[in-house]
Amino acid sequence: MSKAAELLQEKFPEEVVEVTEFRGETTITVKPGRIVDICKTLRDTPETSFKYLSMVAGLDYLPQSPRFGVVYNLYSHRNHNRVTLKTLLADDNSPAIDSVVPVWSTANWHEREAYDMMGIRFKGHPDLRRILMPADWVGHPQRKDYPLRGK
Amino acid sequence: MMNQLPILIILTFVKIMLVLVVFLTCIAYTVLMERKVLGFIQLRLGPNRVGPWGLLQPLADAIKLLFKEEFTPPGVNKVLFVLAPIITAVPAFLPLAAIPFASQILPDTLTIYGYKVDLAAAGLNQGVIADINVGLLYVFAMGSLSVYGAVLGGWASNNKYSLLGGLRLSAQMISYEMTLGLSVIGVLMLSGSLSLVKIVEAQKSMWFIFYQPLGFLLFLTAAFAECARTPFDLIECENELVAGYQTEYSSMKYGVFMMGEYGHILVASALATTLFLGGWQGPVLPPIVWFMGKTFALVFFFIWVRGTFPRFRFDQLMKLGWKVMLPLCLVNILFTGVIIQFLQR
Amino acid sequence: MNSRETLQRTETMLLNLGPSHPSTHGVLRVLLELDGELILRADPDIGYLHRGIEKMCEYRTYHRCMPLMNRLDYLAGEVNLFGFCLAMEKLLGIEVPKRAQYVRVMLAELTRIASHLFWLGTHGHDLGAMTPLFYAFREREKIMDLCEMVSGARMFPLYFRIGGLAADLPEGFIQAAWDFVKTFPEKHKDYHALLTKNQIWIERTKGVGVMSPEEVLDWGWSGPMARGSGVNWDLRRDNPYSSYEEFDFVVPLGKNGDTYDRYLVRMEEMLQANRIVRQALEKLADTEPGDIKAKDPRVSLPKKDAVYNDIAGLINHFKIIQEGIVPPKGEVYQCIEAPKGEMGFYIVSDGTPQPFRLKIRGPSFINLSAMDKLARGRLLADAIALIGTMDIVLADVDR
Repeated sequence: MSKAAELLQEKFPEEVVEVTEFRGETTITVKPGRIVDICKTLRDTPETSFKYLSMVAGLDYLPQSPRFGVVYNLYSHRNHNRVTLKTLLADDNSPAIDSVVPVWSTANWHEREAYDMMGIRFKGHPDLRRILMPADWVGHPQRKDYPLRGK
Repeated sequence: MMNQLPILIILTFVKIMLVLVVFLTCIAYTVLMERKVLGFIQLRLGPNRVGPWGLLQPLADAIKLLFKEEFTPPGVNKVLFVLAPIITAVPAFLPLAAIPFASQILPDTLTIYGYKVDLAAAGLNQGVIADINVGLLYVFAMGSLSVYGAVLGGWASNNKYSLLGGLRLSAQMISYEMTLGLSVIGVLMLSGSLSLVKIVEAQKSMWFIFYQPLGFLLFLTAAFAECARTPFDLIECENELVAGYQTEYSSMKYGVFMMGEYGHILVASALATTLFLGGWQGPVLPPIVWFMGKTFALVFFFIWVRGTFPRFRFDQLMKLGWKVMLPLCLVNILFTGVIIQFLQR
Repeated sequence: MNSRETLQRTETMLLNLGPSHPSTHGVLRVLLELDGELILRADPDIGYLHRGIEKMCEYRTYHRCMPLMNRLDYLAGEVNLFGFCLAMEKLLGIEVPKRAQYVRVMLAELTRIASHLFWLGTHGHDLGAMTPLFYAFREREKIMDLCEMVSGARMFPLYFRIGGLAADLPEGFIQAAWDFVKTFPEKHKDYHALLTKNQIWIERTKGVGVMSPEEVLDWGWSGPMARGSGVNWDLRRDNPYSSYEEFDFVVPLGKNGDTYDRYLVRMEEMLQANRIVRQALEKLADTEPGDIKAKDPRVSLPKKDAVYNDIAGLINHFKIIQEGIVPPKGEVYQCIEAPKGEMGFYIVSDGTPQPFRLKIRGPSFINLSAMDKLARGRLLADAIALIGTMDIVLADVDR
């Protein structure tokens, strides 16, 4: 098991839902409630030192519930390894999670994109506007119930 | 003597027209030369479709500009918008009146239909339209007038890019006119006259560039800034301000701006030739060839620099103008004065 | 308000830089709040080139996603495809033959040179030097010719396949590539001669857009942008893929993290890429021609002989063509060192022939997000320099 998973299981035992390994990649599924603390811990603990956020992606598992998820891919320049954090959001109608912009500034645009495309609200985001779609666009194009073309 | 007056007026008019036509042709071919030389520098061919070696390209350009839609965007100050290109272009032509292009082009007297016309009386035999005794002042005065056209054009266009271009231009011109004026003081000290003909004649034995190398460098740099050429082309740099004060101009209004701009380059080159490179003087070849050759060598230098240098930033341009060039000008004047005093003793 | 206050009232100016502007490298729109020429706020407004590639991919088989990948960073089409194929191969758990790996490395590095050349030309042009553009395009043209040789296309070569390559290298390619590799270092000196020691160029780029190494990590910068600040990180070296560990190259690093250092880093990267191409060409000589596709029935079409004479072969062929490539359930993230930085593909597969979710991490998108931070308090001309040094491609930003 990777260092990151061990660390999280030690520090946030009730937050870690599942740790999976696939093709040499570690994915840690955590509860959304304390995501900022978890990210801060992963960033600041010297053994893990995930100081770099590669990407934030929104996910939509439509028929299932909970429907929405957010994925964080972290990279450590010290150990040259990656870890994927995954959370599933409880509320299907107005999904929301705490913003990780205080942890990594780069999350700003990633989260704006996830908000624009998936309609996931990031609480505490400094500037949560649409980024790719026009400001007056209705709907969130990358949701699974949004048609590919036309209406 | 009285009955000579109409003939003299007609002849003067013809002379002015001739000079103007030659000058306009030169402008057109300066544009072609720029495109050809830039093409050569940049591994391209340049215009080569219209006529042999693209020699008729200026004609095609002119026709194209004339037939383009004359578009006046809404919200502009119409009077100033139309006036601006003219204010830019006309003062660019006017300095030509005082710049001598040859020593003597006609004999002192001419017999036309039995009338003996005294050409020397009106200076018609000289290779200059008007040999005024404040020639250099006149040239500088006219040269700085054209700034107003660009500033007005930038303001009247009701476009933010144009406005920024106009603002940059006014600041740039104020800074560099100082240098331009002060850089030639050394020449004036050497020649002892403001008349351009006298200045050329004073260079009979030695061109002033050898006495005033620093002055020449400063003059040329300031001339680049005055003509808003790379690396000082901040007022119309497409990468920042789209086209600066010309952004909203189209068709022949744009063409007139362009004429003014290239006219400026030619006048600046001609002036530099006159002040520093001995004007029309030179062995073997006729004076006019020497004059044109030197002028176009400088025009080539203008183009060469454009093909080589990046562009200054605005604050760097101002710093260069006030903190480097102006002190250097003063130093140059001081040294020239000291040396002249020393030699006279 | 009395009259004196009216006279002293100052207003800031909102300037709409783009979406059609000579130096926004596509359709970038930056809303600038200016005080004179001083930038108070810069708000990049993107999305003018948003085509919804991520969404479109969810409705296509993996194979049919590939032409879309080319359209991400269209200055380095081959590299995007490279990343996508690697991600798919990771998801499928297949190994690509060495020959195919070397060819991929070679083309990726050639594309890196082409992309950096384009950057050099446009960056120079943004700052007023128009000549480097034409010199850079002279060599880029040769790389485009090489791309055309392998795939028939210049901008959007579709030469890589999931599991290998579409075909072996065409006749004459090796020779043409050698010609390029041998002449390039000489030509590279021209670029240095044009800009590197030019005082105006140095003044325009030194101290502009400075990022400290900590800020680089915080803002998620990668590739030459990070290395310009001295962050010693290159995915090719630190997380090698496609046999990069067999190649010998130096990762150039900057010191001050300004535009000039990033310029030097990219200039050196071109030479290093050229070295890698040279090594790849040498290594290719030792591999067996034709060995370009993984021997995996899920991705590789069977031999024609087997299709015509063998029922298993026929079914295999039919399944790949009709149904597409079916990876197992799972999710992978694979990133590569694209010319502009870390290009990542996050693929979520639900065991069907279409991706359930495909997230593309474009380097330009991330690099551009620091625009406001860098542009504040600078002059308008610096904003142009910043757009140039970020080396953004709007197709990659907007996806």
